[in-house]
Amino acid sequence: MTLELAVFYGFAAVLVLASLLMITVRNPVHAALSLVAAFFAAAVLWVLLEAEFLGIVLVLVYVGAVMVLFLFVVMTLDLNVSQLREGFVRYLPIGGLVALVMGAGMIWVLTRETVFERTTPLRAGADYNNTLAIGQVLYTEYVYPFEIAAVILLVAVIAAITLTLDPRRRRTSKSIDPAEAVKVRAKDRIKMVDLRQK
Amino acid sequence: MPELPLLLEILLKIGMVVSPLLLAVAYATYAERKVIGYIQVRIGPNRVGPRGWLQPIADAVKLLTKEIILPRQANRYLFLLAPVLALVPALAVWAVIPFSDGWVIADINAALLYVLALSSLGVYGIILAGWASNSKYALLGAMRSAAQMVSYEIAMGFALVGVLMAAGSLHLGQIVSAQQGGIWHWYWLPLLPLFVVYFIAGVAETNRAPFDVPEGESEIVAGFHVEYSGMAFALFFLAEYANMILIAALTALLFLGGWLSPFEGLLPEAAFALPVIGWLLGPGIHWLLLKTAFFLFVFFWLRATFPRYRYDQLMRLGWKVLIPVTLVWIVVIGLAIGFNLGPWFS
Amino acid sequence: MHIRHFFKSFLLWELFQGLRLTGRYLFARKITVQYPEESTPLSPRFRGRHALRRYPNGEERCIACKLCEAVCPALAITIESTTRDDGTRRTTRYDIDLFKCIYCGFCEEACPVDSIVETQVFAYDFKQRQDAIQTKAMLLAYGDEHETAIQHARTLDAPYR
Repeated sequence: MTLELAVFYGFAAVLVLASLLMITVRNPVHAALSLVAAFFAAAVLWVLLEAEFLGIVLVLVYVGAVMVLFLFVVMTLDLNVSQLREGFVRYLPIGGLVALVMGAGMIWVLTRETVFERTTPLRAGADYNNTLAIGQVLYTEYVYPFEIAAVILLVAVIAAITLTLDPRRRRTSKSIDPAEAVKVRAKDRIKMVDLRQK
Repeated sequence: MPELPLLLEILLKIGMVVSPLLLAVAYATYAERKVIGYIQVRIGPNRVGPRGWLQPIADAVKLLTKEIILPRQANRYLFLLAPVLALVPALAVWAVIPFSDGWVIADINAALLYVLALSSLGVYGIILAGWASNSKYALLGAMRSAAQMVSYEIAMGFALVGVLMAAGSLHLGQIVSAQQGGIWHWYWLPLLPLFVVYFIAGVAETNRAPFDVPEGESEIVAGFHVEYSGMAFALFFLAEYANMILIAALTALLFLGGWLSPFEGLLPEAAFALPVIGWLLGPGIHWLLLKTAFFLFVFFWLRATFPRYRYDQLMRLGWKVLIPVTLVWIVVIGLAIGFNLGPWFS
Repeated sequence: MHIRHFFKSFLLWELFQGLRLTGRYLFARKITVQYPEESTPLSPRFRGRHALRRYPNGEERCIACKLCEAVCPALAITIESTTRDDGTRRTTRYDIDLFKCIYCGFCEEACPVDSIVETQVFAYDFKQRQDAIQTKAMLLAYGDEHETAIQHARTLDAPYR
């Protein structure tokens, strides 16, 4: 399995490097791109673990959609990097504390016996359909959590739309609605007035 | 390394797919110029070689020998990385496209998802090109393109959901074999709205006319690739045409039965047993190529016919027309499958 | 009306009509003229590059009346004149600035002796910028060179003048 190992180490190195770059580079666009590279490398590692459905969905959702919108926003903002760095010393204690807690948590989870019970992933047969298996579990055993998550997302979508819909804007805006404009007929706009003396 | 023969085999397969693909891209440009010329009552390129057959070669040589100009203040590495990022996904998708029964580089179960995931990566090349050029036109083009591709991907994804519901599989080979049984069993008929939506979204995804606002040469010069020249520009061109051929091939695979023959079930069995004619009439790669060529022609035909959409119309079409249509039809398909309706879902 | 409009746009009716139209033109006869090998017919009144003509006996036609200079809307013509030894008035300088010229043909129409004419030659070029300012000698030489073509165009056009 030398080839698989080579691929693993290659993409693992990319993942670590990209993650480090993401939090160290100054340019926010470069940071976002490093995050994209990190997602991509993580997806490759998942595919190596035979979780191809999750790997592809990671690329599809995070790389293909979320990060595009992220980049979109970051590019249009004229971020002042020095201003962002100002509070570094002030927030250092809190940040350090959070990092410490997270690191301790990770160490605690990873050193427990159960994680390392299986050092190699389960190998499934060539005809094993990952997507089918996930779908079956998702729509039987976990159908309620799945539906609840869907409803929460729907609420978030509706909330986002209502936030952008400002009821006042319709009235004050001078923009023309072309769809309305093409529907106008002569009789809506022209009124014949009889000016002869009666 | 023990996997060396396997690696060589894969490389050989990749070469067998990519080199005809690049040739097809070159001649797609020729075909486009000819078709648009003919529709405009002109004769198109006819000076280089007999009937202009060598025109794409001349174009390629010209682009290869031209200088790549780096704009001052441009982000050097991202500027050069962007065309590569545009081309790589466009070529990588072809790994899972079957050309005939079993003729595929990577026969994976989640092929349809893989196609969606990789085609969504193409937008990075465009965004980065626009941003790294440090030009307002390029940035505007990139913005338009990003918004457009993200919007139409949803309609496209829903159209594909309909297909995978009908076929019950994400595997492209199985989707094609689920359409077996003659021209009336192909998915274009039961999934007609999805077929139309998929093709329209495909045209929009590839930034082709009438959805070419990211290029919009009359308003923002050439959009995201204004600052590119020479080979860097050629890579964008290659990516665009490879994506176009991909959309055409996918439409053929998903809705027109891929390599299945339209004569299936129409002609008597004896016709398929004939030596050469039987092979031509039966299923095979030539049918897929023919259907792909037809959809490519439709791409050119659309470009020659329609003026560019205005940007708000384009967004309205994507969000308020195409997505609702696909959602409604997915429910219809769900009901049809639930009640085992007709010859398709029984 | 509204419902009909809705269905028409939803079923892409007008788009298919457009596609049908362009589809028909795909098979229409192509009208391209392959220029260097083929060319479109030129009118005898075509206004191309300028020339000064002579009488058959070799005498130059121009009498330095300066009507062309006066009528030229682009101020492209410059004329200086003197009295020759035989008492006739002749030009000493006759320049046409082809950068300024708009090829309107007024000079040709103003000329009482048919001296300045515009030939049917439309494809010409200059290697040096100053060559675009045509002097009297150049114009006369050009006229000598193209005299038969000029005469031919005049006879063709004569019934309409």
